[in-house]
Amino acid sequence: MLADKDRIFTNLYGLHDWSLAGARSRGDWDGTKAILAKGRDGIIGEIKSSGLRGRGGAGFPTGLKWSFMPKESDGRPHFLLVNADEGEPGTCKDRDIIRHDPHKLLEGCLISGFAMGAETAYIYIRGEFHNEANRLEAAIQEARDAGLIGKDSCGSGWKFDIHVHRGAGAYICGEETALIESLEGKKGQPRLKPPFPAASGLYGCPSTVNNVESIAVVPDIMRRGASWFAGLGRENNTGTKLFCISGHVNKPCNVEEEMSTPLKELIDKHAGGVRGGWDNLLAVIPGGSSVACLPNTICNDILMDFDSLKDAQSGLGTAAVIVMDKSTDIVRAITRLAQFYKHESCGQCTPCREGTGWMWRVMERLCEGAANIEEIDMLDEVTRQVEGHTICALGDAAAWPIQGLIRHFRPELERRILDRRVSGPAVAAE
Amino acid sequence: MPKLTIDGSEVEIEAGTSVLQACESIGIEIPRFCYHERLSVAGNCRMCLVEMERSPKPIASCAMPVADGMVIHTNTETVRRARQGVMEFLLINHPLDCPICDQGGECDLQDQAMAYGSDSSRYNENKRAVRDKYMGPLIKTIMTRCIHCTRCVRFATEVAGVQDLGLLGRGESAEISTYLEKTLASELSGNVIDLCPVGALTSKPYAFHARPWELVKTESIDVMDAVGSNIRVDARGNEVMRVLPRLNEDVNEEWISDKTRYACDGLRRQRLDRPYLRGADGKLAATGWDDAFAAIAGRLDGLEGSRIAAIAGDQCDAESMFALKGLMDGLGSPNLDCRQDGAALDAGGARCGWLFNSGFAGIEGADALLIVGANPRLEAAVVNARIRKRWLQGHFPVGLIGAQAELTYGYDYLGAGPQTLADIADGKHPFAKTLADAERPMLIIGMGALTRSDGAAVLAAARKIAEATGMVGDDWNGFNVLHTAAARVGGLDLGFVPGDGGRDVEAILDGAGKGEIEVVYLLAADEIDMSRLGSAFVIYQGHHGDAGAHRADVILPGAAYTEKSGTWVNSEGRTQRGLRATFPPGDAKEDWAIVRALSAVLDKTLPFDSLSALRARMQEAHKTLAALDERAPEAWGAFGTAGATLGDGPFRPAVGNFYMTCPISRASATMAECVTASAGAPEATGTDG
Repeated sequence: MLADKDRIFTNLYGLHDWSLAGARSRGDWDGTKAILAKGRDGIIGEIKSSGLRGRGGAGFPTGLKWSFMPKESDGRPHFLLVNADEGEPGTCKDRDIIRHDPHKLLEGCLISGFAMGAETAYIYIRGEFHNEANRLEAAIQEARDAGLIGKDSCGSGWKFDIHVHRGAGAYICGEETALIESLEGKKGQPRLKPPFPAASGLYGCPSTVNNVESIAVVPDIMRRGASWFAGLGRENNTGTKLFCISGHVNKPCNVEEEMSTPLKELIDKHAGGVRGGWDNLLAVIPGGSSVACLPNTICNDILMDFDSLKDAQSGLGTAAVIVMDKSTDIVRAITRLAQFYKHESCGQCTPCREGTGWMWRVMERLCEGAANIEEIDMLDEVTRQVEGHTICALGDAAAWPIQGLIRHFRPELERRILDRRVSGPAVAAE
Repeated sequence: MPKLTIDGSEVEIEAGTSVLQACESIGIEIPRFCYHERLSVAGNCRMCLVEMERSPKPIASCAMPVADGMVIHTNTETVRRARQGVMEFLLINHPLDCPICDQGGECDLQDQAMAYGSDSSRYNENKRAVRDKYMGPLIKTIMTRCIHCTRCVRFATEVAGVQDLGLLGRGESAEISTYLEKTLASELSGNVIDLCPVGALTSKPYAFHARPWELVKTESIDVMDAVGSNIRVDARGNEVMRVLPRLNEDVNEEWISDKTRYACDGLRRQRLDRPYLRGADGKLAATGWDDAFAAIAGRLDGLEGSRIAAIAGDQCDAESMFALKGLMDGLGSPNLDCRQDGAALDAGGARCGWLFNSGFAGIEGADALLIVGANPRLEAAVVNARIRKRWLQGHFPVGLIGAQAELTYGYDYLGAGPQTLADIADGKHPFAKTLADAERPMLIIGMGALTRSDGAAVLAAARKIAEATGMVGDDWNGFNVLHTAAARVGGLDLGFVPGDGGRDVEAILDGAGKGEIEVVYLLAADEIDMSRLGSAFVIYQGHHGDAGAHRADVILPGAAYTEKSGTWVNSEGRTQRGLRATFPPGDAKEDWAIVRALSAVLDKTLPFDSLSALRARMQEAHKTLAALDERAPEAWGAFGTAGATLGDGPFRPAVGNFYMTCPISRASATMAECVTASAGAPEATGTDG
């Protein structure tokens, strides 16, 4: 269990003052000038050796991502884009960072912006986060007034400013290139890669898109050192992580915990345990709606980190732990997710546009058992026809939950089909 | 150059090309729907997925630039399954109404479903239906068939330069739409029909008229403007069903204008299908060829050559003009002209004085452009797209003198008339410096600037600008005349212009009014003021009952451009040949043959009795007409009259109504609909609907 001294988000629950004064009392904006004095390579090196992996879902090594930015500008400005379009169902960590610890994010923006040669950061915030956007604006103003960012940020001589851009509520705008399109004022549709944003991103300029949490942990890594961060968790899965535990637990919460904490410990220690006890657990979606669910058998001893969950054919994703007890209609739950992806597909590329609707419709029938047994295999095949064939990862995200369902709950699907054959549709029985 | 391996064979190909292009270069076909060479890469259909080693997922080959050491596989099981999967997704919501679809038989979806799809459907849900959209009188939409490749959107936005089309909605609800349900405001709109890989956008006038396998396809040249677009005429029996573009990188790439594509229904209306003779009662009556020729012979009998004149129309083929010129020579008349609109082109000067010297493709190499009295969008829509293409690449200042218009690219409006031109010629205008600073500056002078009383002075001023700003060099000639008449350059090349002491169009009309010209031979010339012909005896040889036929005393029914094998020379000076797709209607004949037959009746028999003999003579006399499909750079030489004074008054547009500029387009019902549609919907009143 994470020791209090290792906690990064010390005001996660908003018990203290969010503003600059409060943030400073918690150690933020302390010695930022000295951190910047380590230079671009120094900062990137430190982040690389800390083993920090992106907190937005894909888990790409953050330091490596920064190192893709050109070392020297060819005349084009560089941009840091912070992805605060937290739309993944079950996820609410970035929201609380912005609400209660906005200065961690802002200081992180300055340090990481400096490390990639960006004088401007845009924070693309989800449109529904109205109050949070206001809070962020206020915090930015505080930082400007205090000279922490601006023409001479923290007295380092580095010119830096941060702007907040509010999205309009499309899930796809959380995909990094769709976010860039949206920021440019266009329709939020993912771009083809290559070129990657580090070569040609916002307005065709080198850009890096990072999740709020990834950026917000940067100042503490720099202050406490990469080895401290790397000492938490397991190898290749280092540091602390915010987990958003929701669903059938006694005390749903956001909690900062060490990476690689066992799922059972996470739920029992922080969320008050599964409703009705651990034995009442049916399944857990460990990383937000996009990853495959895990049945209780696997949940007993799985570790919550990138590699362990990947080995279990799921993923850490955004670390949004959705707990479902045995009262859950798991088929209906996954169907609801399928509907979500069908609704949020941008419609640009074929497999996702056509496939998400198909998958959802079959799922709807499977809920009632109004299908043939063979259609389960067909559905699985359709998910694999979508997976990996699309422009962005939304296709994968739509496919994985269904694959997880079929992998772990196939008997349930078959039972419904057979039951319906015996007793007829539920409606007719009434 | 990057070296990559595709299916085991090594390919070395230029950096910047895509994997798809690399595959094509060694003859491996990659299926695709959204990818098109002339449009930006969308990568959205996912049909072109191939396998790349060290990549966990298959890649979209259209969007992946080649890199050194890449290993590509296009024939693995993964690729096959990916294609089959995409194909299945494309078809689940496609109506599969091929039997009633006009695209049937020439449909990419059909073809690729056969090649890459599976034989049955696993989709048991309801199919999506999409409400059809209104896109004007030319484009028929069946939007349920749409596969969202966005080729049409990209064409409209990028090539045509209009923002009318877009993808509305998202996910399954995404729809291609004009949103306001308006006509696509582009002269190139019909090209989206060719681009559409399925039957979502089809030709409205052609709807349900024919099947592609019923059509006889003939290669020809368009005569609706002076671009010389390469076309394919599709005919069933003796009826032209449709006109499609042919590929010619130097001329029209693969686009054609809406007039080129859709005016063909005008070929079925208002046709002159037998000779007519104006009787004593003043009315035209049908007659036979012999009587018509006899009437002409009677009228010409004993007439002095100087009292006879001939005017060639805007769509004439070189052969008929050559024959008529021979006949006029025989009759001793120097009064002939092919410049109906009176354009002050110096027929006696060097050939470069009436050519688009840089060539249309040369636009892409230019770095500054001055447009004088032209609206390329209306006068040569395909060329305008080329200018836009260059403009989109940036660093291309464009200046316009003349009537302001929406040209689909940005320009500096410099002035309305000759004064601005004079200022630039004298170097007093800042744009003169822009041109002089450019490495390959270009000038396009249109008929709006030359068909004026001071046209000769305007031409001289333009020449002065060209010379002063370094437009003419060893390997670059940016002096460009943009014609509106398909026959014009051919006529000038042939010397269908006044001989020694001969009269030009203006003088012919003048003379006819005064009675000095007694016989006027109109070779499909309809654009002159017929009321000025006075009491002259008018012979009209042409294909449509238009202005000329109404005035004529004798009508000799000829052939329209699709009904003869003819030679045309486009603005660039490129000699091109069109083949006969159908026969002229009724008793009508090919034009050269009519002139040849008449010459025999008049006892001035022309020295050829076959088209090939005519061509041999024509090409011997005029070398430029011998080299087909080529455009040799013309040496800079003397043309234009120096010293003429510029008048004032703004340059007027040469083409006012894009859709109706010739007898064929005026007879076309489709073009009439376009005129109505482009004028906008009449204001709705309270009683509407």
